[in-house]
Amino acid sequence: MSELAFFIDYSRCIGCQACVQACEECDTHRGRSLIHLDTIERRDSVQTAPQVCMHCEDPICAQVCPADAIKQTAEGVVQSSLKPRCIGCSNCVLACPFGVPKYDGGVDQMMKCDMCYDRTSTGRRPMCATVCPSGALAFTTIEEIMRTRQGRAVNDWQFGDQHVRTKVFVLVPTEVTRVHVAVIPLSALRRSQPPADPYDVAALLEAH
Amino acid sequence: MARLPASIPDLVAKFGPHLNREPAGGWTTRGEPDRIVPTHCCFCGQQCGIQLKVKDEKIVGFEPWEAFPFNKGKLCPKGVKRYMQDEHPDRLLTPLARDEARGFQPIDWDTALDRTAREIRRIQSAYGQDAFAVLTGASLTNEKAYLMGKFARVAVRTANIDYNGRLCMVSAAAASKKILGIDRSANPWSDIPKAKVILVAGANIAECAPITTDYLWQARENGAKLIVLDPRMTPIARTADLFIPVRSGGDIGVFYGMLHVMVQRGWINRDFIAAHTTGWDAVEAIVERYTPEYAARVASVPASMIVRAAEMWGPADTSFLLHARGIEHHSKGVENCMAAINLVVATGRIGREGCGYAMITGQGNGQGGREQGQKCDQLPGARDLENPAHREYIAGVWGVEESTIPHTGLSAVPLLEAIHDGRIKGLLLLCFNPAVSLPDGDFIREALGRLEFFTVIDFFMSETARYADIVLPGSLMEEDEGTTTNVEGRVIHHRQVVQPPEGARQDWRIICDLAKRLGAADKFAYESTHDIFEEIRVASKGGVADYAGITWDRIDREMGVFWPCPSLDHPGTPRLYEGWQFGHPDGKAHFQPADWRPAAEEPDAEYPIVLTTGRVVSQYLSGTQTRRIGALVDQYPEPRCEIHPRLAASLGIADDDFVRVESRRGAIVVRAQIVKTIRPDTVFVPYHWPLERSANTCTIRAIDPISKIPEFKICAVRVSRAPEPS
Repeated sequence: MSELAFFIDYSRCIGCQACVQACEECDTHRGRSLIHLDTIERRDSVQTAPQVCMHCEDPICAQVCPADAIKQTAEGVVQSSLKPRCIGCSNCVLACPFGVPKYDGGVDQMMKCDMCYDRTSTGRRPMCATVCPSGALAFTTIEEIMRTRQGRAVNDWQFGDQHVRTKVFVLVPTEVTRVHVAVIPLSALRRSQPPADPYDVAALLEAH
Repeated sequence: MARLPASIPDLVAKFGPHLNREPAGGWTTRGEPDRIVPTHCCFCGQQCGIQLKVKDEKIVGFEPWEAFPFNKGKLCPKGVKRYMQDEHPDRLLTPLARDEARGFQPIDWDTALDRTAREIRRIQSAYGQDAFAVLTGASLTNEKAYLMGKFARVAVRTANIDYNGRLCMVSAAAASKKILGIDRSANPWSDIPKAKVILVAGANIAECAPITTDYLWQARENGAKLIVLDPRMTPIARTADLFIPVRSGGDIGVFYGMLHVMVQRGWINRDFIAAHTTGWDAVEAIVERYTPEYAARVASVPASMIVRAAEMWGPADTSFLLHARGIEHHSKGVENCMAAINLVVATGRIGREGCGYAMITGQGNGQGGREQGQKCDQLPGARDLENPAHREYIAGVWGVEESTIPHTGLSAVPLLEAIHDGRIKGLLLLCFNPAVSLPDGDFIREALGRLEFFTVIDFFMSETARYADIVLPGSLMEEDEGTTTNVEGRVIHHRQVVQPPEGARQDWRIICDLAKRLGAADKFAYESTHDIFEEIRVASKGGVADYAGITWDRIDREMGVFWPCPSLDHPGTPRLYEGWQFGHPDGKAHFQPADWRPAAEEPDAEYPIVLTTGRVVSQYLSGTQTRRIGALVDQYPEPRCEIHPRLAASLGIADDDFVRVESRRGAIVVRAQIVKTIRPDTVFVPYHWPLERSANTCTIRAIDPISKIPEFKICAVRVSRAPEPS
């Protein structure tokens, strides 16, 4: 059996914030939640998306850190900035393609998800992935995910020209092997059809 | 007592709700806990397993309990933050007496108990036995629920006892009992992922039963289709294979429209119906009229959706139907549920793996709390108060003459009406906050103000307790030991984690002390809640909800035991109706016909909009506990009126505007939240808040004729922009 890994299935998320509340209970940063739960656009939809640190194999946050304050553990967990080194410049905040690191003015350093290092290093699962009632977050083996979920778990990302591999996997349709994120020129957007509004109840009532 | 003993700001300043944001000792006080106690969440009917961490005899945190099979460590935000109610600054730590001039004043326990007992007898001798009533709750353990029923009938000797499960499970219970013969979810949750089609009617699972989400999603991973009926596009509905945005109260249209199509296309199981059911012809006669077009008018959705639902549900090999308050909180709540269950029984897809039906219990002990005899018409073991054999049996268990057991009393809403019109003069209340949770709030609060004498047992000063003459400080779930019965019918064990704080007492001890003062000491001579459970085993033996074979040791060893479990060597019954043996004496399921009829109050020219109410994920019931937990309040700080942009535009309302929501009963002012995820003819306001923010100020005091459940899910309102309340 392979080692335990972290999986995100955004389509399962119900926005309950159990992850946000539980993150705050983690011993290393008790009282401060480090996971992000994004409400996409509440007016249009109830869709939400949880975002833990993806723990890049070659972390961009560390690459851009002028103070060399962001370190990886031997297991590949990317940690919050080292307090004595962090100069609070927020380069990491700007550079992370997933929007994970945040500068915390109260403690004057960058804080972020460390995959519950105190828990995972002692054989327990991260708080968020243990409590998540929808299974949107899971900490298990790749075999278990493939046995129980549809789609494919990928950890390959393409942001424009930049290729990123992450320790955390996301579940995507089977035909997808790498997640492509690109900037679409406004001109292209204008040429396309206006986006459908699948979550407008009034439209649903009229559509049929 | 016509008014509160102090102004509301003064009461709030003294008793809260204040927000607790840190665990005992603060966030930084750590170190290893002294012990970790596996127990269960105190909140909803899912009753998730959770472990509480104890340091220096204080609960300081939690650890997921992954070994408990129902939730496997999963929790919702309420479960995560539940421990923040421990060591809360608002905890009541002394009995209080109402003092007109000085507000609530501390008194000692003997004085408080003596006065309560004296007033019970005074009121009964002046106005009759039934002029003193008892109201209880479905968040009590089985032991306490049983104790309250016995206390009312044996110690107080009043017919008038009812409970807040009357606002929760009674429509589902009545329908299930009428058709299937037993009031319990038919299947364990492990059957959900094995179903090929799942229909969820009126259940905002993501917010009200969050951990059930994983069961639904697992079914979909296994290829199941999901159909959701709701006036709002809930998180579950967002990705459903078919979301039917039914108008509140129109569900029968969908159910019978589906049945109509299924009859036409040969998707009903006529062999099963002939061999194992009665009453189909009457249902078929009604269903014949529910053409997709007619059904669509009843449900106020496109006919094609109903046909599509029938095409998904009809020919499936396996299926599971779940419903909750959305179809139950109606003056036709029982009929709605019966129509839903008819849809299950017509296919014969029940009583086997992956095939079944469940109602999603709302309150912590929504299941067990309705079996132990604290309903106005019921005796322990889900026995019938008017059945002579049942009365005789329970009289034997209690050691009283059968003739001394009162007959059926008033259910919750008529009971409050009887207080309002002076037929009931005194009340003892535990685990119920009618000032927030009952409909037509101004009327209810007026009724509470008319009581001659009122004692409340609670751990916090609820909005209802503010009306009390005596407030007795009770115990939290984690400060006492006992059992509850979860949504599946699985009896589980709540362990005592810590002692109640100095000054508070365990609820059951308070009740036994009162019973002693009422001259019934010998009938309430329990040494522990375990003694009470042992009596439940005897009292329920041979009843429908038979616990005779369940012991606390077995619960611990087997991770819960499903009733009925008639003997120690019986394995318990996770799945009911196997071999198509239904709960009626003839062993058959009894179809029940029910035609659609309008709500008590439909929108009209004066009040043109439907108001529907419900929960948010971070709050529980009337909020007595969860409105005191900072992290949960931060998540959803105040009630908002969800309104579709089309309706909002027609009313000149923008996002975040304050709006006045007004019915014929009263009005509230809350902020608007403009969302496309709700029907444009409907607004939604969650009900967890009091007074000027209480959705129940607007709701209607209409009840189902059978279940007596209030019609929380539909009334008529008008909505307008309003200035910010001062």
